[in-house]
Amino acid sequence: MKEEFEKRIVTGPDGKQFEVDPMKDYFCEDRPQVHQPNSNTVIEKFMNWARSESLWILGFGTGCGAIEMRPLMTPRFDAYRYGIQWRPTPRQANVFVISGYLSVKTLKRVVRSYEQMQGPKYVVGLGSCTINGGMYWDSYNTINRLDYYLPVDIYIAGCMPRPESLLAGFEQLKKMIKAGECEGQNKYAENFDWYKANQKKIIKDWDMPDYNW
Amino acid sequence: MDFKPIQILYALWSFSIILNIGLVLQGIVRKIGARVGRRYGIRFYQPYIDIVKNYSLRSSITHGVMFYLGPVFRLTGGMGVYFFTPIIYGSVYFGNFSFAGDIVLVLYFIFFGSLGMALGAGEGGHPYSAIGVGRGLAQVTAAEIPLVMAIIGVAMHYESLSVTEIVAAQQGGIMNWTLMTNPLITILGLIAFLGAMMRSPFDVVLAPQEIPIGPPTEYHSSFLGVMQTNRSVFPMAKTVLFVNIFFGGATNWAAMILKIFLLYMWPVVVGVVFPRFRVDQSIRWWYKYALPLGVVAILVTQYF
Repeated sequence: MKEEFEKRIVTGPDGKQFEVDPMKDYFCEDRPQVHQPNSNTVIEKFMNWARSESLWILGFGTGCGAIEMRPLMTPRFDAYRYGIQWRPTPRQANVFVISGYLSVKTLKRVVRSYEQMQGPKYVVGLGSCTINGGMYWDSYNTINRLDYYLPVDIYIAGCMPRPESLLAGFEQLKKMIKAGECEGQNKYAENFDWYKANQKKIIKDWDMPDYNW
Repeated sequence: MDFKPIQILYALWSFSIILNIGLVLQGIVRKIGARVGRRYGIRFYQPYIDIVKNYSLRSSITHGVMFYLGPVFRLTGGMGVYFFTPIIYGSVYFGNFSFAGDIVLVLYFIFFGSLGMALGAGEGGHPYSAIGVGRGLAQVTAAEIPLVMAIIGVAMHYESLSVTEIVAAQQGGIMNWTLMTNPLITILGLIAFLGAMMRSPFDVVLAPQEIPIGPPTEYHSSFLGVMQTNRSVFPMAKTVLFVNIFFGGATNWAAMILKIFLLYMWPVVVGVVFPRFRVDQSIRWWYKYALPLGVVAILVTQYF
């Protein structure tokens, strides 16, 4: 635990002393909840169609695979025509592309960003590194299997996968969302303890609440 | 103004028309922007899907009461501007709630949304929101002065505070429009329009590269949906107001839509051509060029 997160007594501007417990005062301690799909299947199907046709990707390149996302924004491959757009803040994004190897340091940021996204949210594992570690399988500071730490909806294999295969992967993701198969957020909430135990095994300097609201 | 309850239905009817025009125009303009950048661009109906998507997200979190009210105030600002501006001149159905002093109320509503947004985004607690709000309010205040001068100048020109009377005075051909009868105040109005439309060069508030997305950084799901709805309504409402007071209004929907489209393209063209100002540059620009022009325009309107 870092020093700034420890309980301490603070003197306010009016001279009064009060206790500050950053982990309790600044963060919410609640666990994530399962959000059931709408019971009316027609409405749920319509919503799923809208969710699938408007994929907002979090602009966070976690590894070298992020280089393959740039051509998608520019004229040659232009993913915007398929309703795929990039958002700069996790609050507004729905798709998290884990682009390639994930170092232990980045995993913490990835977990924080993932938990701040609003559901239904989808995780795309890009490249072989997210499946079994790829060429970094015996590295001391990268994780091997991404789905121990986050619920992955779809993998795009390759090292590196070309932008075309990314587009194909997003099209497959759209089909899965339309079929109602992408319930990663609920999976994460249901198996919350298992995911947290796995994450804490890797992240040694855990200095955040268990769930980042 | 003699009020009849049926007017509410008429107003909602015209509101839904203007909302759709706003959304389609938004999509078309983004498409044009993409084509200028040699991309194929989004589908023109993408804004509809984005809004439906945002309203249909399952989870949302709150930071407090003002966080809820921010988008509501923003939408209130947009709808307030729209509902108190007559849209089709001489129409029983599309007069909205226009009354003798509506131009003053509309001016108030133009600023109202920004203040509500500032309070809401402030409670979001994200530093980027605070930076965005600081920049936004500074720039909106600077751009608001020429806007008010242009609108008050028109009111002085026609000696009336009623949009309906101003439109009535411009009927009978293009030579009667404010554009022809008082070109100086129209130029000032068009410049002020650039600042009101949140497009480049005056879009540093949202600045997706430097401060991710500005005031709405913390806004998501249905909160963002409300703000996106406002983003199609508010520019449309301001465009309708400007068509009314500078370009002779319209007596039917076809003329109105044509004029809206042409006027909407003005900030778009400027935005595609000119890069974004920093906030200090934009404020300096407003005070250095737009403000003196406003003073001159008002004096010319009053004494010549």
